[in-house]
Amino acid sequence: MSATDTGAALPRQEIDIAPALTPLLVAALAAPLIGSPSTFLTLTVAGLAMGMMIFTMASGLTLVFGLMDVLNFGHGAFISLGAYVATLVLLPLAAWSQADSLGLNLGVLLLTLLAASVVCAAAGFVFERVLIVPVYGQHLKQILVTIGGAIVAEQLLYALFGPQLIPLALPTAFRGSIILGDSAIEKYRIVATCIGLLVFAVQILILNRTKIGLLIRAGVENREMVEALGYRIDRLFVGVFMAGSGLAGLGGVLWALYREQVHASMGGELLVLTFIVIIVGGLGSVGGCFTGAVLVALIANYAGFLAPKLALVSNILLMVVVLLWRPRGLYPVSGR
Amino acid sequence: MSANLTLQGVHTHIGRYHILQGVDFVAPEGETTMLLGRNGAGKTTTLRTIMGLWRASRGRIMLGDAPLAALATPDIARAGVAYVPETMAVFSDLSVKENLVLAARDGPLDDVRLEWIFGFFPALRKFWLSRAGALSGGQKQMLSIARAIVEPRRLLLIDEPTKGLAPAIIGALIECLKEIKRTRATILLVEQNFRVAQEVGDHVRVMDGGRIIHQGLMEPLAADSQLQSRLLGLSLDSHQ
Repeated sequence: MSATDTGAALPRQEIDIAPALTPLLVAALAAPLIGSPSTFLTLTVAGLAMGMMIFTMASGLTLVFGLMDVLNFGHGAFISLGAYVATLVLLPLAAWSQADSLGLNLGVLLLTLLAASVVCAAAGFVFERVLIVPVYGQHLKQILVTIGGAIVAEQLLYALFGPQLIPLALPTAFRGSIILGDSAIEKYRIVATCIGLLVFAVQILILNRTKIGLLIRAGVENREMVEALGYRIDRLFVGVFMAGSGLAGLGGVLWALYREQVHASMGGELLVLTFIVIIVGGLGSVGGCFTGAVLVALIANYAGFLAPKLALVSNILLMVVVLLWRPRGLYPVSGR
Repeated sequence: MSANLTLQGVHTHIGRYHILQGVDFVAPEGETTMLLGRNGAGKTTTLRTIMGLWRASRGRIMLGDAPLAALATPDIARAGVAYVPETMAVFSDLSVKENLVLAARDGPLDDVRLEWIFGFFPALRKFWLSRAGALSGGQKQMLSIARAIVEPRRLLLIDEPTKGLAPAIIGALIECLKEIKRTRATILLVEQNFRVAQEVGDHVRVMDGGRIIHQGLMEPLAADSQLQSRLLGLSLDSHQ
């Protein structure tokens, strides 16, 4: 056996840190252009909060595509559904939500997040069994069927809840801002950032520390070999699809509270953004999705302040630049 | 533990192509059967069909008394079949350890068996926590084989393990295959390198055009260069 194969040192494994640094680079470039440190801080926190919300919505979508090559254009329906579930919890529990008690406010928020996740995961199960299963491996049909599913879901939401915008007030404790020097940081943005970071941490822990996580990572890379090892990847996929739908619902709640309103087309509007994020991040990569979401949100916020007209196309421009630099996204998954 | 593998009249279609056209053979229990033949003869398709990665359109595939042809790939694996594909298919983003943890379906890794594997694949111990994608081609092949034997299996399907490897590594793999043989596992091994086939094989099945055109013991074929030339289309020298 050659020296290499009996255990000589492996070629030094480079840690690919460059993509993770891009949000810092963007912030560093934007800071002098913005000028005012307080405005920069406000925009950056707003960008981080928006990024965490988008990440929460998109992370399930990237795993669904990575694991089974399923293009789910119906993902937005779960974002809207989550937001409507929030109205069903928060409006009847307005007394808790509007009480001057952090405990009650936090309790009702957690209850809302849990309810939206569970309902959306259950809806995801039905969606996957009814619409996705018949079109495995057929991308064109997947696009048509999932877009159809999204339209039906949106119309159902209109039929059930009416066409009007539903206002959704933030729980009392999360309204207003914290003043840091000259900067006013909205409390809810801090809450949303913390929830997004928690979602990311839990996903990373599951993916790296559990056998289910190993299976998901392996399945994203080579699902045929996972099956050849004796694991039913279709069952795993149902679980991932439900989790992805639940996360979309959770993201929908966060977004609805951020906008303080709910409407049935919000999921469809956010879907474009989630697709940009998972393409920028690298299809199937949760870490890439996280970086991509932060990048997209920071650039949208900075561009909105510096050149409002540019903000309209900033996401597309970012995607073009990233794909020219790394055609498979910031953190491509091996074997894909 | 191991069992006869029997294929009777197995046909496989891939799209409109009729690849396997009635494959019949037995891979005897506890012995190593070499599946030889020219490129495109249907060897890899045979292994993939046994593994359920491509469906047999007709015919019977039996492992002992258990029919495999109607089972899904995960169920075939759970029936005791391990597969080492031609592409190795190690999970590049996972560490060596994680690759083996996944392969150990029935529970945690068995330390004694792991030591046995490290005995002929010491590199796997050294790079235990390294990303599999960073391993050399030979090391990836070792990991791929280790994954198949990390737990006892009734049947090992191994597809061209020496393909593209340096001669020194091939020597090590031959030793490994001999070691696995000593466990009395039933092995079906596709191999283009006749030297490997000679050293490892007990039986030989030669394929051409999606059918078995010769079957017998390895020794007579190894001793008959004319037969090798006729069946395999190449001189022995070129294989060696």
